[in-house]
Amino acid sequence: MSDQDTGECREVTINYFDGTSRVATIVDREVPYPDGKLIVSRTDSKGIITHANQAFVDMSGYTRDELIGVNHYILRHPDMPAVAFAGLWETIEAGKKWHGYVKNLRKDGSYYWVKATVIPNIRNGKLVGYTSVRRKPSRSKIKESEELYATLM
Amino acid sequence: MAYNLTVSPDFAPDHISGWYFFNTWLQRQLDVGVHLELYDCFEQQREDIRNNKVDLIYANPYDASMLVREMGFRAIARPQARPDETVIAVHVDSPINTVEELQAGITVATTDDPDVHTMGMIMLEPADLDGSNVTTKEVDTYVIVAKNLLKGEADVGFFLKDAFDELSDLIKNQMKVLVSSQISVVHHSLLVGPTMQEFIPRLEERLFSMHKDEKGKGVLQSMNLEAWEPMSEEETEFMIDLIDTLVIE
Ligand SMILES: Cc1cc2nc3c(=O)[nH]c(=O)nc-3n(C[C@H](O)[C@H](O)[C@H](O)COP(=O)(O)O)c2cc1C
Repeated sequence: MSDQDTGECREVTINYFDGTSRVATIVDREVPYPDGKLIVSRTDSKGIITHANQAFVDMSGYTRDELIGVNHYILRHPDMPAVAFAGLWETIEAGKKWHGYVKNLRKDGSYYWVKATVIPNIRNGKLVGYTSVRRKPSRSKIKESEELYATLM
Repeated sequence: MAYNLTVSPDFAPDHISGWYFFNTWLQRQLDVGVHLELYDCFEQQREDIRNNKVDLIYANPYDASMLVREMGFRAIARPQARPDETVIAVHVDSPINTVEELQAGITVATTDDPDVHTMGMIMLEPADLDGSNVTTKEVDTYVIVAKNLLKGEADVGFFLKDAFDELSDLIKNQMKVLVSSQISVVHHSLLVGPTMQEFIPRLEERLFSMHKDEKGKGVLQSMNLEAWEPMSEEETEFMIDLIDTLVIE
């Protein structure tokens, strides 16, 4: 559990890059990352989810049907600074591998931290999408990221 | 001319004879000479792969990446219900019960199996451990990894889960599992090199029905496999992409 956890609820409007937005209920409660698992998803070149493994489904709180075909920003937590994702997209669009710590929003409003790696999927020389694999982060990295991201908001 | 078949050196030594049976079975099915070459270590095998001395290989997922993307191999089959999973264990009397309790400075007993080692290191990350603050002791087999734990010569050990499960109860009962991976989509596969592409249709036909006849079934059992399953090109690419995200740079 993070030091920042209060268990409190708040309503937050999340604005996405594409001009859409939604009001989400945010609960300051961390759901622990499951030991030994990798959370895996794939997207098309625009970030639309095309594949989610069972750990992804379980941790996000959505059903697989709710996830496939929607933008990956469905997991965007309002505590994540936009610059983190700008860096992600800049890196992967340049064909490179990106690593970072991400606080993700679950359907029920609670959150989970991951250490994420995103890579471009190249088939016959062409970009067909991206794969993201998340693993369990250490508490110290979560704390560092919480502090860093607060300064970037 | 005979073709060369080889097997990733990480299989359990109990199943060596099984691979010889498989080689004999293969020659009958394809009606060509196939020579089975086994290696003790990954490096020697990789060198022979790079020198085009391998035509058919049962490879671990890490090497599959090089074979497919650099050497023009095609993965055609994978063993049914045999994902490669990694176990991290400690001595049963160790005060440690979770990975997060592990401290910098520990000694890790491991093998040169690239997948298991990579996954083991990833599962240590929640404790802020990495190559810079643990000592790794590389040994030849999983039995020796276990012995290092039992003798107190290492604090934690990395095991291929299948190999861990096959250790004797006497050894297993003296260890405690801290974490066992559950990835399920990373596994060994049978790959065909450019020199043997013409055999692929026949090979697929025979491999996928192998478990249906008595002889084939017996061979599979001796290799500790249940059946072969088809592997599509996209599944292979997906697995390789996934491995790519795990490689520690
Ligand atoms: C493969 C892949 C995985 C992603 N995973 C996440 C994720 O887990 N959580 C998240 O908030 N954004 C993720 N993103 C980034 C989102 O596409 C999006 O950029 C981000 O949520 C910020 O939303 P915004 O661009 O609308 O501000 C991922 C992108 C890609 C390509």
